[in-house]
Amino acid sequence: MNKPLRRIALFCGILVLALLIRDNWLQYVKADALRTDTKNRRVSIERYATPRGDIIVDGKAITGSVATKGTDYKYKRTWKNGEMWAPVTGYSSQIVGATQLENLEDGILTGNDDRLFFRNTLDMITGKKKEGGSVVTTLNAAAQKAAFEGLGNKKGAVAAIDPATGGILALASTPSYDPSTFAGISSKDGETFTKLEKDKDKPMLNRALRETYPPGSTFKVVTAAAALENGKANGIDEPTDTPDPYRLPQSTYDLTNEHGACKNATLRDALEVSCNTVFANLSDQVGNEKMIEQADKFGFNDSKLDIPVRAAESVYPKDNRPQNALSGIGQASTRATPLQMAMVSAAVANDGKLMKPYMVDQLRASNLDTIETHEPEELSQAVSGDTAQKLQAMMETVVKTGTGAKAQIPGVTVGGKTGTAQHGLKNSEKPYAWFISYAKLSDGSSPVAVAVVVEDGSANRDDISGGGLAAPIARNVMKAVIDSKK
Amino acid sequence: MSSTTNSPTHHTSTIGAIGAPSRRNTELALLVFAVVIPVFAYANVGLAINDEVPTGLLGYGLGLGLLAGVGHLVVRKFAPYADPLMLPLATLLNGLGLVVIWRLDQSQRLQLSSTYIEASPRQLLNSALGVALFIAVLVFLKDHRVLQRYTYISMAAAMVLLLLPLVPGLGADETFGAKIWISIPGLGTIQPGEFAKIIIAVFFAGYLMVKRDALALASRRFMGLYLPRGRDLGPILVVWAMSILILVFETDLGSSLLFFGMFVIMLYVATERTSWIVFGLLMSAVGAVGVASFEPHVQQRVQAWLDPMKEYELSKQGIIGHSEQSMEALWAFGSGGTLGTGLGQGNSDLIGFAANSDFILATFGEELGLAGVMAILLLYGLIVERGIRTALAARDPFGKLLSVGLSGAFALQVFVVAGGVLGLIPLTGMTLPFVAYGGSSVIANWALIGILLRISDTARRPAPMPAANPDAEMTQVVRP
Repeated sequence: MNKPLRRIALFCGILVLALLIRDNWLQYVKADALRTDTKNRRVSIERYATPRGDIIVDGKAITGSVATKGTDYKYKRTWKNGEMWAPVTGYSSQIVGATQLENLEDGILTGNDDRLFFRNTLDMITGKKKEGGSVVTTLNAAAQKAAFEGLGNKKGAVAAIDPATGGILALASTPSYDPSTFAGISSKDGETFTKLEKDKDKPMLNRALRETYPPGSTFKVVTAAAALENGKANGIDEPTDTPDPYRLPQSTYDLTNEHGACKNATLRDALEVSCNTVFANLSDQVGNEKMIEQADKFGFNDSKLDIPVRAAESVYPKDNRPQNALSGIGQASTRATPLQMAMVSAAVANDGKLMKPYMVDQLRASNLDTIETHEPEELSQAVSGDTAQKLQAMMETVVKTGTGAKAQIPGVTVGGKTGTAQHGLKNSEKPYAWFISYAKLSDGSSPVAVAVVVEDGSANRDDISGGGLAAPIARNVMKAVIDSKK
Repeated sequence: MSSTTNSPTHHTSTIGAIGAPSRRNTELALLVFAVVIPVFAYANVGLAINDEVPTGLLGYGLGLGLLAGVGHLVVRKFAPYADPLMLPLATLLNGLGLVVIWRLDQSQRLQLSSTYIEASPRQLLNSALGVALFIAVLVFLKDHRVLQRYTYISMAAAMVLLLLPLVPGLGADETFGAKIWISIPGLGTIQPGEFAKIIIAVFFAGYLMVKRDALALASRRFMGLYLPRGRDLGPILVVWAMSILILVFETDLGSSLLFFGMFVIMLYVATERTSWIVFGLLMSAVGAVGVASFEPHVQQRVQAWLDPMKEYELSKQGIIGHSEQSMEALWAFGSGGTLGTGLGQGNSDLIGFAANSDFILATFGEELGLAGVMAILLLYGLIVERGIRTALAARDPFGKLLSVGLSGAFALQVFVVAGGVLGLIPLTGMTLPFVAYGGSSVIANWALIGILLRISDTARRPAPMPAANPDAEMTQVVRP
């Protein structure tokens, strides 16, 4: 009986060997994939095991951490004025995960970033507890407050940029939400989140970054830039050859103007009173291809703009002649995020040079050592310096004597452009009020460019205009930035 | 192993080593390690969780030491030539199991659960009962061949034990899929299958010893295989049918596999006919596929094995009958990595229910890492191989069959449960011998070790000195 016994011994050995091989597969080969699987609760347990690092604005933390009584997560995220800052920070919730900066900079905030490895190892040896680092943003607390309070209970968004660096100064979106209300793990947190998600006003949509609107007349700045760059308009004060009304090419549709004398108007006058006919005609003359090229230089049609939170793609479409003419006045299929229109304004203010927008200035370790500093980066030369000067002159006229008068700030040169974008089937819905602008100080430097959009369902249709609803908000944001620099 | 082969002359070498070392001191030295290692591990858990040496350390260390010490003294007195490795191996596994069960008792997460009980004191009591049964086996079972007399009684007893969970009012609720528990008021629940495993091995050994010649010789050759006569197929068909019945009515995949596998192993050893293995595998395949085609419980286990992530999602959606445990166990293993998080520092308690019983290997995986699990698996491997070594050394066919049956069943059980938790095969509700929480399992496995030690003592015991005969040369004694 011993021969089969030996074989059974071998068989049992193979059983154990199979287990050993499988265990090596799990615990060696697949270990990392299993350990870092986001569904593996250990990942979020680790995230909340120590007080989370903070997001900093103007040297002050806009976030915090509190100890909880839960068994899984030791600490919970808190926000100071969460509704105002939510479009910047995103949320970090134990029950639904994290988004935006809270998610993208999670490594630094939890202290697990590879760049902190050496420090963590040292801390482990010296017995110090691991702590999260901080994320220093470019935001300006006063500007953010002005933007958030300016929007008030209206639906809309504000994006403000420092034209010289691309640093984001304000990023507001209303209606907003307080991420503190669902930061925990309880079923109440879950219900709050579900309710917010189902809210038809979409409070969790970051309108400044993630929503695209028809930019309306504010897009005429881009069309003007294209016309000047492509030699379709000689000077800003020379009359253009424009009929009024203007029949769209290959079409029987006559485009009219809301107000003003637009027949053969100069570029400056056309922008001041926002002539649809002039810019639709110019867009047609420049042509779809060159219009796309110009829009691209301002940052349109870029699906991978990360600041570091990814912005939605703003679109200037490839289209036929009549549609292209309409696109040139910011209608048809042209779509832009508030951030995109702030970039347009910023490029004009910065003498044609478009800086890449960003909102994380520095990453710091828990002992405040700097781990990474953002260097301003040029995205493109959107227009020549000369064209930029012309555009500035025109936009400044708009504010001085035109539709943007409500954006004036005493002692500061302000350039801007209003917009009232129609949308909906046959333009039946209430239009969006737009305003883009920049401020220029006496020394010629421009500290802020801003874009405001208000989508207000409650206002009277005739009262919705960029100059009326959006310009005062833009003014307050610009003023807040200028005042805080003093 | 080389000292023993199947030739008669070599048998004598086993006996001929008159005055062979009893190896009891080796056992004692190993036992010291087997007690000290868990004691250190226990202190380790306390330091990791509460930053202090646990207050129970002394009591626990003394308890384990006492069990090991008494066990050793009894072996020294009643089975002096028994295998020196098995008692230390079992003690070490039992000790480590107690440590990990205690560690899981400290888990806040599990304490919040409605099914939480402090398991480690009960497991210590179970271990004491197990060692008591181990001692009883060694003291009262002077010769394992006595068991031969109870062949058919064993069969009846095993049947009764296996059917008990189906008796209305006695069987515990089918809460967790399988109907393998019975509840006795005041005593808690018992898994009779664990005891049936041993008793049924006695029946198989006794039965096969008598029938082996008939099963082995009376056969026709066909395509290189010896085909058994139709009437000889009877027993294997009966055991096969019984396994299927267990599978269908108790929905217990593990026990079913265990009993059938054990029978095939013993049949092969008894007859030395490879054809039985072929038949066994064929019948397993037919049975498994057949049952799986209509038994939803089995189908679901297979689905969960093929796609544990989907099973996890279904369970998270609150669909009844699905469990996130398999995926949680895989995450626990992965998160442990090569060296583990260290005892008391993992999150294997996320597995929730049965973390300290069916899934206890996952805690070893997370907290002691790949290194720890491999060590545990090798300890099991050693027990199995020592058991088969005992079978090789045994001089009577009954002893050979019984020890290979018990060792094979032990190996299959380890494979089925560890393979299930590791995701190598579909999960079946079984306990990891000695380590997992569960009274029946610990007690029955101590008895199993007791029987193996008894057989190995008989096998290694030197033959009595022949009467001195001045006229003759010294002759070697050949025992049947």
